[in-house]
Amino acid sequence: MEERRARLEALTRELQEKFGERVAPMEDSRDMPGFQVASGILLAVCRFLAEEASIRFEQLTDVTAVDEFPAEPRFRLVYHLLSLSSNKRLRLQVLLGGEDPVVDSVTGVWAGADWLEREAWDMFGIRFEGHPGLKRILMPLDYTHFPLRKDFPVRGIDPGRHYRDWDRGRKA
Amino acid sequence: MAGTAQTRKVEFTWMPGGHEELMTLNVGPQHPATHGVLRIIVTLEGEQIVDAEPVVGYLHRGKEKMGEALTYHQFIVHCDRLDYLSSNLNTIAYCETVEKLAGIEVPPRCKYLRVILNELSRIASHLVYVGTGALDIGAATVFFHSWREREKIYDIFDLITGHRMNYGFARIGGLQADFSDEALAAIRAFTEEFEERVDGYEYLLTKNRIWWERNKGIGVIDPATAVNLGLSGPNLRGSGVARDLRIHEPYAAYEDFDFEIPVGTNGDCFDRYMVRIQEMRQSNRILAQALEKLPKGEIFAEDRRFVLPPKERLLTSHDHRGVYPEKAVMEELIAQFKVITDARIPPGRVYHAVEASKGELGFFIVSDGSNRAKRLRIRSPSFVNLQALAGMARGHLLSDLIAVIASLDFVLGEVDR
Repeated sequence: MEERRARLEALTRELQEKFGERVAPMEDSRDMPGFQVASGILLAVCRFLAEEASIRFEQLTDVTAVDEFPAEPRFRLVYHLLSLSSNKRLRLQVLLGGEDPVVDSVTGVWAGADWLEREAWDMFGIRFEGHPGLKRILMPLDYTHFPLRKDFPVRGIDPGRHYRDWDRGRKA
Repeated sequence: MAGTAQTRKVEFTWMPGGHEELMTLNVGPQHPATHGVLRIIVTLEGEQIVDAEPVVGYLHRGKEKMGEALTYHQFIVHCDRLDYLSSNLNTIAYCETVEKLAGIEVPPRCKYLRVILNELSRIASHLVYVGTGALDIGAATVFFHSWREREKIYDIFDLITGHRMNYGFARIGGLQADFSDEALAAIRAFTEEFEERVDGYEYLLTKNRIWWERNKGIGVIDPATAVNLGLSGPNLRGSGVARDLRIHEPYAAYEDFDFEIPVGTNGDCFDRYMVRIQEMRQSNRILAQALEKLPKGEIFAEDRRFVLPPKERLLTSHDHRGVYPEKAVMEELIAQFKVITDARIPPGRVYHAVEASKGELGFFIVSDGSNRAKRLRIRSPSFVNLQALAGMARGHLLSDLIAVIASLDFVLGEVDR
């Protein structure tokens, strides 16, 4: 436990030396260490964590978002990182406004971010700048809503519409 | 191959080595070898794969959205429908996540029973892989052999839970019921003969020349790429990365057991096959140990704010003579109703990952202190693993794509959620 804390403190110091106030430890992240990152430097922080930091995070486990509607900033984008070499996890959180949520893609750092970011786009409408092919993944390609947003009704917006219709729309 | 073929571009040439002609072939979504409803847009040059783009989402049911609309207890049955080949693993993982969030500690017997359910589910899932994977390539016999043992596991689940699929057996803070002696005896009988059965599959496949030709050197992925792509589970271990959450982040009672992590060396389809075969043996070891050391006692945690009351205490209805159950009281029924509809989990967020049969299955739950999750994220292993398909298939023949799909061992219910 002591050693864990020491290593975490070392990582916090490293991050704050390099990025200053724009990376802040999250107080309410109790299951694993977490940092809140300013949206502009996300890519730099990820690259640093994957390639230079004292604990290397080789794998991106998950990218997802939490919709805080109607509060602003509306989206909490959550990244879960995993270090296989030192068996540690890390959470990064980025706050994004509801108007035009956009953030840099981390596909250049972890190739596995590809589908995870596509899913976040599909479900929340968060754009990932620099993603090689940001298109819908689970919903139909011509779908216009973002289903996991809090203002999207649970029963769906056009429940009567079937596969055939959207398939026709897709071919046209 | 099902679907339509169309010629995309092209200047035709008779020159040897002329590579201008590419063909787009649609595989799936109803093709049996895609193991569900996966569609793959394959770009071919002759019979060689230039690119393979998986198209998913045909089974999207909006599980995460439902997770926000249902109470914590109501969502348990939905977890069964994620990876429907190893349902118990999913529900148990979900319940463990909520327990972690609520700070519930389950009794040791419950932990052991969960381990038994987990490992039986893992074996059942790997048996599907061995059977259908071999069937896709043309080895039909293995399918019947592996299905025989899978059937036995399903009979055991039937004894324990009353269902053959979609058990809905885990509960927050416990399990729906304790195992009967009959069920425990059936599991014991299964573990005793299973090792020999695995020898049987290996006898049919491991040194089979055709199996080698079809799997060795196919779909190779090196460890660094595998890690970078986010692979987990047997697919990652096939590339030689020894990572198993049962050992690295022990949950349930896994730290009590003695077992090994099988790893491959080449990261090809054959190594992934070997890893799964070895894993079945290891799971069997865990089962035997769990049965031997199984502690006595309660299966439900104490915390009655979130945990259901014992079934026999519920005053539900009288029997045909008009006699009510002896210990049943009305208050417990009210408590049950309150817990199901209004168990308010303390605010917070938690990510809990388990080693499912396909890899790292993670639940990320954000609670705002109400009776339903504010956000329920399912990090499914199959979804992330499927990204590796294109890279694995590139440069191989179209028939090898089928071997690669089988060796990735994904379940579309979990990919699309």
